Amino acid sequence: MTPDYDLAVIGGGPAGVAGALTAALAGLGVVLLDAAPRLGGQYFRRLPGGFRAARPGALHPAPGGSGGLDRFTRQCESLAARADVLTGHRVWAVERDAEAGGTLAVRCMEGDREERPRTITARRLLIATGAHDRPLPFPGWDLPGVLTAGGAQALLKGDLVVAGRRVVVAGTGPFLLPVAAGLAAAGARVLGVHEAAGRFGLAGHPFLAAGKAAEALGYGLRLARHRVPYRGRQAVVEAHGEHELTHVTIADLDRDWRPVGTRTVACDTLATGYGFVPRLDLPVQLGCALRVDQGGHGAGHGDPVVAVDAGMRTSVPGVYAAGETTGVGGAVLAETEGRLAGRSAAADLGRRIPPDPALARRRDRLAAFARVLLETYPVRPGWREWLRDDTLVCRCEEVPLAAVREARELGATDARSVKLLSRAGMGWCQGRMCGYAVSCLAGEDSPPGGSPPAPRRAIAQPVRLGDLARLATDPPAGEPPATPPPSSAGGLAPPASPTPSPEGRP
Amino acid sequence: MEERWDVPDVVVIGAGIVGAACAYYAARAGLDVAVVDRGPVAGGTTGAGEGNILVSDKEPGPELELALLSNRLWRELAASGPEEDDRPAASGGAGGRLPGAGAGGGFEFESKGGLVVAETARAMESLVDLAARQGVEHVTVTPDRLRAYEPHLAGGLAGGVFYPQDAQVQPALAAAKLIRRGAERFGRGALTLRTGVTVTGFVRAGDRVTGVRTDRGDISAGAVVNAAGTWGGEVAALAGTHVPVLPRRGFILVTEPLEEPLIRHKVYTAAYVTAVASDSAGLETSAVVEGTPAGPVLIGASRERAGFDRTVSPAVLGRLAAQAVALFPALAERRAIRAYCGFRPYCPDHLPVIGRDPRAPGLYHACGHEGAGIGLAPATGHLLAQALAGLRPDLDLTPFRPDRFDEEERP
Repeated sequence: MTPDYDLAVIGGGPAGVAGALTAALAGLGVVLLDAAPRLGGQYFRRLPGGFRAARPGALHPAPGGSGGLDRFTRQCESLAARADVLTGHRVWAVERDAEAGGTLAVRCMEGDREERPRTITARRLLIATGAHDRPLPFPGWDLPGVLTAGGAQALLKGDLVVAGRRVVVAGTGPFLLPVAAGLAAAGARVLGVHEAAGRFGLAGHPFLAAGKAAEALGYGLRLARHRVPYRGRQAVVEAHGEHELTHVTIADLDRDWRPVGTRTVACDTLATGYGFVPRLDLPVQLGCALRVDQGGHGAGHGDPVVAVDAGMRTSVPGVYAAGETTGVGGAVLAETEGRLAGRSAAADLGRRIPPDPALARRRDRLAAFARVLLETYPVRPGWREWLRDDTLVCRCEEVPLAAVREARELGATDARSVKLLSRAGMGWCQGRMCGYAVSCLAGEDSPPGGSPPAPRRAIAQPVRLGDLARLATDPPAGEPPATPPPSSAGGLAPPASPTPSPEGRP
Repeated sequence: MEERWDVPDVVVIGAGIVGAACAYYAARAGLDVAVVDRGPVAGGTTGAGEGNILVSDKEPGPELELALLSNRLWRELAASGPEEDDRPAASGGAGGRLPGAGAGGGFEFESKGGLVVAETARAMESLVDLAARQGVEHVTVTPDRLRAYEPHLAGGLAGGVFYPQDAQVQPALAAAKLIRRGAERFGRGALTLRTGVTVTGFVRAGDRVTGVRTDRGDISAGAVVNAAGTWGGEVAALAGTHVPVLPRRGFILVTEPLEEPLIRHKVYTAAYVTAVASDSAGLETSAVVEGTPAGPVLIGASRERAGFDRTVSPAVLGRLAAQAVALFPALAERRAIRAYCGFRPYCPDHLPVIGRDPRAPGLYHACGHEGAGIGLAPATGHLLAQALAGLRPDLDLTPFRPDRFDEEERP
């Protein structure tokens, strides 16, 4: 059976859209899937059609002012004319059928309330699923009013909600700047940006060092205009409030992020983030080889990312990866990688693709810059001292630090065994929020240089059992029907055609 | 990295449920025990199971006898402890303790009973026949009474058999707590656990096994127990002996936590009994559905021989879901939030390997329990400890002897 498409692209951010468009321009039949109602991913998350912002580009200050968003919008329009763009499609599994010539099947849920299962097949697959925020736990981080930095920005970009009136931004990494600038521009009073990494002012910011002076200066001017102080080597180590956030404790940190002095600040919103975790559920399902991106953690804790060649090919034939899944590096790098992946897919399917050494050089340069940035903002081990015995590490299952410690005393030595003994990471988010912290607390960051394995998530999105069951009964085109259960004495009737035995009906 | 080791009486290889039970009962018998595992506690098949303690699915014979003994021992273990778990672990409230602490032995033991249901009159006949031959406590359930046991069960079933002795534990907690309890109850130094220690070979004195070589140095011991589960065959091979343990892969689907318990007992279809005993290498699935104290519903069971391949198979997950929804239509609207696979340690005759290995004196085996390791662990540990202590085991271990495969498999 012929696959539905030449190339399926999962993820509608800068990498996915660029990859899909490049491949479509080269003549491939392309489908792009994204869970959100509109393309954009986290970076170019856009306002729903009903909103009328006077200058939507102002919410997307980088890269290069509103030019970045305009360009992305043009790419989306161009793509829509040349490919099938399926928004509102949540992919929960991908699989490769080695016997059917390596056809890739993408299992997803379509629609919102009335969701339906759907399977799409393709010859090639580009995974551009991006990254999500990495929070660190601290007492009170489960209070209403505490958001991830990405969550605060998503609210702002997606719904024009100003996350709160008195906002504290804390964490590490250059992403804090656009978050703070965006909130301030939207009318929030940003009380401060507290960067846990070393005490350099904006002038010494690596943006400048790497020749991105205009961008960093832009943020700096915007923050200065709104009188937002930017403090190095500080962090929010506790959030307070009876029912919702009322104030936070801000600590000065030593080199390893141990608190050395504190003060409290009244606020109603805290946006906090300590970098990003690539979303690897789908590449792990397919068995793509991973590598350790040491950049983020000079202290020795590397992040697993998808290993790719210069053409963004993964170790699994026919599967490509681009953007943050191959190493966190931002929107411009993601777009470049998407284009490289789209070119490779087209070339691998026999299209004539002239070489573009400039594009490859650009990727190398941007990736090198991303590495420098990550090395500048490692998570330091002293954050563990922000926690108390009763601090929740896993919010879904309400697992406190003490239970994680007890699991370790019982013989757990990794995140998985800590989960089995304490339930940390077993809840609704499946460890996407707490996974990094649990992995560190389980000791997976030692010995130095150690790297936790990427978690295995056989189901990347929650799926109703009734929809899963339809996989067994309505096989998609291109697949043989699932055989019914073995007909033994007690074999169950296939569920779609329940044949109640007359003699057995109560 | 070489380390100094004490000289224990027994080294147990494997910190899964079977290794934990062997260590616990050996320590109880007065022996000094060191448990080593290359990974964490419960890191292999134990951590990938449902925690079944079943007497209902066994044909009459040595495995059923083992299961009945084990069922009694699980009840003793759950009832006898654990005081030490009752202390609050943190200043926090209920969230400050491990789940199940202080209840069900500290490892969520639930004597919930198992309900085996039949879809057809013929299946019902064979269930009733099996129950009569087993001689295990049971109640035959007519179709009109099924919903008294399980209010949400689908209509149209031909009846069932209820086994009150079937039970469940949280298997990873059970393994970890048995080891801790052994260490705390039977005297200082009686039982030690060392994780992250990989066995690389055996120390020999002539034929005799006198210890293990590890990546952390040699450990001398009076006896060595191979409780490496699915990897038991590899460990046996290190000693130059042969135990045919192969992986039989299984997937489990887990739902979101349900606010109200939808399912009271362990419920499975008659097909499960057939699938457990089957020799097929191909995929077999049968419905096994149960709630857990923490709220999620666990859905099994699939069996296939696929080596140690962990690649996800959505088609298998689809079949598991279809069968569970056919039994409990209300599950159709619940979401699966995760799925995982594990590798049952399977021997060609579906019986575990328990006892001393005459081909390598000093080496004992306790592995190959297939999908019943949680249920059979205490009896395995108890009997093996008797063998280690030179006592006559309460059950005849002949059917489980490690060298039973030599005649048929090796020319």
